[in-house]
Amino acid sequence: MLVSYRWLGEYVDLTGITAKELAELITKSGIEVERVEALDRGMKGVVIGHVLECEPHPNADKLRKCLVDLGEDEPVQIICGAPNVAKGQKVAVAKVGAVLPGNFKIKRAKLRGEESNGMICSLQELGVETKVVPKEYADGIFVFPSDAPVGADAIEWLGLHDEVLELALTPNRADCLSMIGVAYEVAAILGRDVKLPEAEVKENSEHVYDYISVRVEAPEDNPLYAGRIVKNVQIGPSPLWMQTRLMSAGIRPHNNVVDITNYILLEYGQPLHAFDYDRLGSKEIVVRRAKAGETIVTLDDVERKLTEEHLVITNGREPVALAGVMGGANSEVRDDTTTVFIEAAYFTSPVIRQAVKDHGLRSEASTRFEKGIDPARTKEALERAAALMAEYAGGEVVGGIVEASVWRQEPVVVTVTLERINGVLGTAMTKEEVAAILTNLQFPFTEDNGTFTIRVPSRRRDIAIEEDIIEEAARLYGYDRLPATLPVAEAKPGGLTPYQAKRRRVRRYLEGAGLFQAITYSLTSPDKATRFALETAEPIRLALPMSEERSVLRQSLIPHLLEAASYNRARQVENVALYEIGSVYLSKGEHVQPAEKERLAGVLTGLWHAHLWQGEKKAADFYVAKGVLDGLFDLLGLSKRIAYRPAKRDDLHPGRTADIVLDGRVIGFVGQLHPAVQKEYDLKETYVFELALAELLNAESEAIRYEPIPRFPSVVRDIALVVDENIEAGVLEEAIAEAGKPLVKDVSLFDVYKGDRLPDGKKSLAFSLRYYDPERTLTDEEVAAVHERVLAAVEKQFGAVLRG
Amino acid sequence: MKERLYELKRQALEQIGQARDLKALNDVRVAYLGKKGPITEVLRGMGALPPEERPKIGALANEVREAIQQALEAKQAKLEQEEVERKLAAEAIDVTLPGRPVKLGNPHPLTRVIEEIEDLFIGMGYTVAEGPEVETDYYNFEALNLPKGHPARDMQDSFYITEEILLRTHTSPMQARTMEKHRGRGPVKIICPGKVYRRDTDDATHSHQFTQIEGLVVDRNIRMSDLKGTLREFARKLFGEGRDIRFRPSFFPFTEPSVEVDVSCFRCEGQGCGVCKGTGWIEILGAGMVHPNVLEMAGFDSKTYTGFAFGMGPERIAMLKYGIDDIRHFYQNDLRFLRQFLRV
Ligand SMILES: [Zn+2]
Repeated sequence: MLVSYRWLGEYVDLTGITAKELAELITKSGIEVERVEALDRGMKGVVIGHVLECEPHPNADKLRKCLVDLGEDEPVQIICGAPNVAKGQKVAVAKVGAVLPGNFKIKRAKLRGEESNGMICSLQELGVETKVVPKEYADGIFVFPSDAPVGADAIEWLGLHDEVLELALTPNRADCLSMIGVAYEVAAILGRDVKLPEAEVKENSEHVYDYISVRVEAPEDNPLYAGRIVKNVQIGPSPLWMQTRLMSAGIRPHNNVVDITNYILLEYGQPLHAFDYDRLGSKEIVVRRAKAGETIVTLDDVERKLTEEHLVITNGREPVALAGVMGGANSEVRDDTTTVFIEAAYFTSPVIRQAVKDHGLRSEASTRFEKGIDPARTKEALERAAALMAEYAGGEVVGGIVEASVWRQEPVVVTVTLERINGVLGTAMTKEEVAAILTNLQFPFTEDNGTFTIRVPSRRRDIAIEEDIIEEAARLYGYDRLPATLPVAEAKPGGLTPYQAKRRRVRRYLEGAGLFQAITYSLTSPDKATRFALETAEPIRLALPMSEERSVLRQSLIPHLLEAASYNRARQVENVALYEIGSVYLSKGEHVQPAEKERLAGVLTGLWHAHLWQGEKKAADFYVAKGVLDGLFDLLGLSKRIAYRPAKRDDLHPGRTADIVLDGRVIGFVGQLHPAVQKEYDLKETYVFELALAELLNAESEAIRYEPIPRFPSVVRDIALVVDENIEAGVLEEAIAEAGKPLVKDVSLFDVYKGDRLPDGKKSLAFSLRYYDPERTLTDEEVAAVHERVLAAVEKQFGAVLRG
Repeated sequence: MKERLYELKRQALEQIGQARDLKALNDVRVAYLGKKGPITEVLRGMGALPPEERPKIGALANEVREAIQQALEAKQAKLEQEEVERKLAAEAIDVTLPGRPVKLGNPHPLTRVIEEIEDLFIGMGYTVAEGPEVETDYYNFEALNLPKGHPARDMQDSFYITEEILLRTHTSPMQARTMEKHRGRGPVKIICPGKVYRRDTDDATHSHQFTQIEGLVVDRNIRMSDLKGTLREFARKLFGEGRDIRFRPSFFPFTEPSVEVDVSCFRCEGQGCGVCKGTGWIEILGAGMVHPNVLEMAGFDSKTYTGFAFGMGPERIAMLKYGIDDIRHFYQNDLRFLRQFLRV
């Protein structure tokens, strides 16, 4: 809402308060003033001039040589390029020495050999936005009414010595979509009175019912419809003051009748529509829902298809307006209009919102109906419009108002106690302070022993309950005066849940291990949705995606982590180690919320470690990734329950992928990206993993229990075993540990050999076995006996032989 | 013989002084103190002396031997010390060469901010509540006093999946969910961090996915002044002790009264600068007293219970705190960006 400071001053006394100060006060008490703009933009030296002579420029087709009276001793010669300049006009002249917006200084000049002593200005040159300049002056200079005084300040006559406050209104404050509404707000802030405009309608002796009748067939959409006939109007420009006010509010002037309806819309917040009575084509107005297939050509000359969800004003046969949104071209007020039917109606929000949505038409009128108008002021606005049409369009108002109404004003009464106000706010307001605020708001109330009973005016449709009054009291009392306290409550410790605490430990571990945390988008493209997913379900698709790339919810974190790796590689960051903890979304059926499962995923590519001048360099590989995960399982106390099983998964290297199994259940995987996928993402050798985080964090881990530190020396024996190359080291290791029980405490692999010194199809695995008895020192014989047993076992199970 | 002994002492000390290394020193030792050395010889030749002379010469010979011995030891210690120093000097390294790097990653800046805020409120007795990102229309809107057709729904253009299911547009559904769990009995004291989604085109200041932190306190006798005190405490811990806050009236459907909360600028101390656009204040929160409809819908008696709620955007806070200029950085995962957030 754009509010002219000077116009506002007609409704509430602004003496002693500048526009800037007013803006601050309004912002502080609840409505944000986004900016204050001075319309004169530093202009100086622009006066009203009278074009005495206007003849073609001797040396230029498009220029005119004008002699202009500026109210000084001598008229001056000015060269003007505007196509509409003519003898006898009153125009705005920037004199030599004048300053126009943008600090543009006017100097004496010679144009094609002719002297020019100033500039005849268009409204745009005076800083008015093109979109509000009246159409007839859009491509040329502005012409004042003929009675404009020569030599007077043109800026003043154009109403530009003014400032405009731009209010950012929240949806609850639709009452401030009108000058009167803003006036009430400002009056409440300043503690001053509101002066309402007066409307005295002089009716003729005819009766409106002889001209028109109104029937509303959809009263739930249109509870109140009223109208008046004004005859013998003369279409012409509206008074300059009205035009300048409309322009200051961002509305382009058209003609007196249309301008008056717009003026009333701004003043009262009540949209009006003026029909050309003679073009209505009937003597009745019927308001109804449109019929499917019906059409209307609106004022903007667009044919619009209507449905039963739209409300139309008809002449009993066909639509003449899309109710509350835009009039029809067939009944438009034109230059030859002589009788006008003014419509003042209350349309309810849903039906208007539907039309706005379906036709992409948002107008000053529809915005107000969408947000809700005050029906108690509808007829008042109609009266004022009729009076203005009589005054400024030479019209004669026909007696009586035509009306169809089911609307009844329901009084809104709110009761609130002083104790409740102070209890909710934590303030110590007195009865008198609250009473003063209600008085300034012009809310009628009674007070009895600290209980306020308030009759809420209909203009404040946002106020219905006690909290609404508390809010009014708080904002007008001033939040600066609110004390700062802390809740008085039983002291309960806060904290993280065990799951949340463990998740943080997991984050810190991974970061300590060298991975950076990534956060990627949850929305992805259909082809990526299920890729790499541990579990898949029917992809969940948005009803109205903004792009196909972000149209479905992800089921794995890996695709976007790969995109991040690829993004980095494209920017010469070759070594990437990222992890992400985030949800994947698995449908449980179309009309229920999906399962959201937290995943932990990672991507490693490039060098994992480099310390080059000492000759160390290690590329990320399967065992780097596995090592990171092993550490994680240790941290969570799960390593003994975790196993890696060779696995084949889509998009992963068939020989370098393992499923991760916890207590026999697959809870994740780790592997190398399939070379084809590496190429697709423009990546080199890349490793990924993804785990079901909840499975890990919710797995009960053993509590820490101290084990005595060894008191006796342990014995270490190494064995190198030759086995078939398809025997997995992990399986062999398990077998050794099992056969060596209870004396073998640790088995660790320290060498893998395949090559010339072994037969084809064989490999050698070397393990280090640590023997230990907590009760005593072991003898060589005891160790040897167990060692033999281990050897016999692996020979029997795997055909393993000692490497000679 | 006396002269001979004095001469020997002089010669020996001179040679000791000249010895350059341990071997040379040992040669001197053997030459003078060895079994065939000159001093032994002198002692052996004592038989030729008158008996009364013998003890004197004997004593003198011992004295000389002693002196040589001491000089040898001193010199030996000195040479050994020099040897060690030489050896250490040879072992010197260039301490300015790079150390073996310890591989370290770090949290995402949003996680940094979120965890800092979580900890701050945990310190004030809050617990952390988390909930679904794919929400029902009921919890995302209706339970928050935003019935279907409410004009404020326009303020949040949402990603719907079906008519009743959508990606949550704020973390506020957790208010309703948590209160329902409490079955009408306070106190409720939670903060809810999480991802939220809006139908916005991604640019420097908009992201279709972003994060929010919601806070909610419901109990008997919770006052708006408690909200002010809590948020002032929060602002001071997050932005520095000298910070102040101010409330500006605003509108949210789920709170009443509603306010926007500004923190005095931490960059210019309220004098006005680029960060605060010259106002001295930075808007960082929306807050208010929980609307009675929201309390009632979640099963709380709004006559006995009151509450406050607040919400903030970790992206905005991180952008302010670290001077980040483009919200898209948070979701591109450029390592040149991410690794700037390592320091404690
Ligand atoms: Zn600042």
